[in-house]
Amino acid sequence: MTKDETLLAYVLRLGDNALILGQRMIEVVTTYPELEEELANANLALDYIGQARLFYTYAGKLEGKNRGEDALAFLRDGGEFRNLLLLEQPNGHFGDMMARQVLFESFYLLQLEALEQCDDSQLAEIAVRAAKEIRYHLRHGAQWLVRLGDGTDTSHARVQQSITDYWQYTGEMFVADNVDQAFAEFFAGPDLEAIHQQWQVNVAAILDEATLTMPGDEWMASGGKRGRHSEHLGYLIAEMQFLQRAYPGANW
Amino acid sequence: MYTQGLDQKEQSSDKRDALESAADLEAFQKRIDAEQKIEAKDWMPAAYRRTLVRQISQHAHSEIIGMQPEGNWLTRAPTLKRKAILLAKVQDEAGHGLYLYGAGETLGTSRDEMIADLLSGKAKYSSIFNYPTLTWADMGAIGWLVDGAAIMNQIPLCRCSYGPYARAMVRICKEESFHQRQGFDIMRELCRGTDEQKAMAQDALNRWWWPSIMMFGPSDKDSKHSAQSMAWKIKRFSNDELRQKFIDVTVPQADFLGLRVPDDDLAFDDETGHYRFGAIDWSELNDVIAGNGPCNKQRIAKRRKAHDDGAWVREAAIAYGEKHATKAAA
Repeated sequence: MTKDETLLAYVLRLGDNALILGQRMIEVVTTYPELEEELANANLALDYIGQARLFYTYAGKLEGKNRGEDALAFLRDGGEFRNLLLLEQPNGHFGDMMARQVLFESFYLLQLEALEQCDDSQLAEIAVRAAKEIRYHLRHGAQWLVRLGDGTDTSHARVQQSITDYWQYTGEMFVADNVDQAFAEFFAGPDLEAIHQQWQVNVAAILDEATLTMPGDEWMASGGKRGRHSEHLGYLIAEMQFLQRAYPGANW
Repeated sequence: MYTQGLDQKEQSSDKRDALESAADLEAFQKRIDAEQKIEAKDWMPAAYRRTLVRQISQHAHSEIIGMQPEGNWLTRAPTLKRKAILLAKVQDEAGHGLYLYGAGETLGTSRDEMIADLLSGKAKYSSIFNYPTLTWADMGAIGWLVDGAAIMNQIPLCRCSYGPYARAMVRICKEESFHQRQGFDIMRELCRGTDEQKAMAQDALNRWWWPSIMMFGPSDKDSKHSAQSMAWKIKRFSNDELRQKFIDVTVPQADFLGLRVPDDDLAFDDETGHYRFGAIDWSELNDVIAGNGPCNKQRIAKRRKAHDDGAWVREAAIAYGEKHATKAAA
């Protein structure tokens, strides 16, 4: 893998994570339990769409094939997406949403903070901006996880189940594959082992306050980072890309 | 915050209102006539309060239900930029709902009560949101026509005699005019596009035109709330005046887009300087208001489901709050 290929692959992954999670969050607009949360969810989803646009625009420039943000979002098939499996999982209830948010964002924030220091200045710049947003997201998600975990018996049981169900998708975040390794080498990218340790500490603290139990590291699913997805992604992509596919070449 | 604490105000204000004297009413009307703003703690006639609660809560509900027809295209928006703009717009609507419920609460009715009335079907919301959004062009038509009509209605409300409502409307109108522009921009892009896109835009105009002009409400001669609302300066212009203004502004925009307004009787009247337009089919609006629009049941069912599905979350938040308040007190 060349240096250029590495950077492109890494930036695209970041874009895919942001877009797929943003799209999942958009799916639940108008279904949240309280108006304030409706507002928060739309706001946070908007951050993700904004981040996806920054990553894709940069990826398109790096690639040099005249593909802009929309070509990358709307004209690639599922197998070309490199997002984490966790993010494409179908939405459940409010507690599921908060659990996924906290598990992912506890990782993503550490990843972005490491990227602020990486050797590619443009990516570092995007990371600074995104980290600011995610820091706020994580505070919001963690507060809810604590309220649900330490709320009623029902909410405790539900959100414990959410954490348990999603746990198998967290391993993939920390397994450094060839892109992660090359990116660490060429660009002083994140050290995923160190991030994993910090993530464990941070997540344990949130779960502890929420009176929730941290699941053991048993079998972990993987595949998203190399384009091997769950069945769910195809439907998300089909819906998202409908207009661009049905009316090829049209401007919107 | 869960606002049960506000529920008790209604009773005491009812007691006050029973004592309304001719002198009080006259003094109140004098303040209105002098363009003074009425504030939450000021004395006001019971009927003024009721009218405002009805209007403000209907307005808030319209914002909340109005998120659904547009939310319907969020996952399918054709570009990331359009997706972001539409999402920001839907988010603004949730925000408008919040300010408006807040303005309503200043009159002594809690948000929970207002929402309960929406969910039970007792309170109404704008019937325009009971029409379906079938294509992407509907996102353009809603912004251009529905928000355009809403702005016509709402700009005068920035001068409404009730201060908290007027101030909420100033914020809301700023955002609405951005929404209207983005809707028109979607239409313009479609009309510059392929034949299929242009047909999509025309179809959307065909479906949204009449419902949009009905948004101004019944004709003045049939409007049961108008005269009193005008005297109280809650309302500044009549339904028919606003409707005419909207048509006069919008028809040239349709011409600019190269779209045909679906009204064979539409013609510019040189003498009056206004467009004459065809007869409005009020029976359709009445059907939709009566609950028989294409999406009435769907919209309310979705809102009820969200409310019911969220009950355990609200309960958890309250339980958590109580537990920690007890701990803090101990």
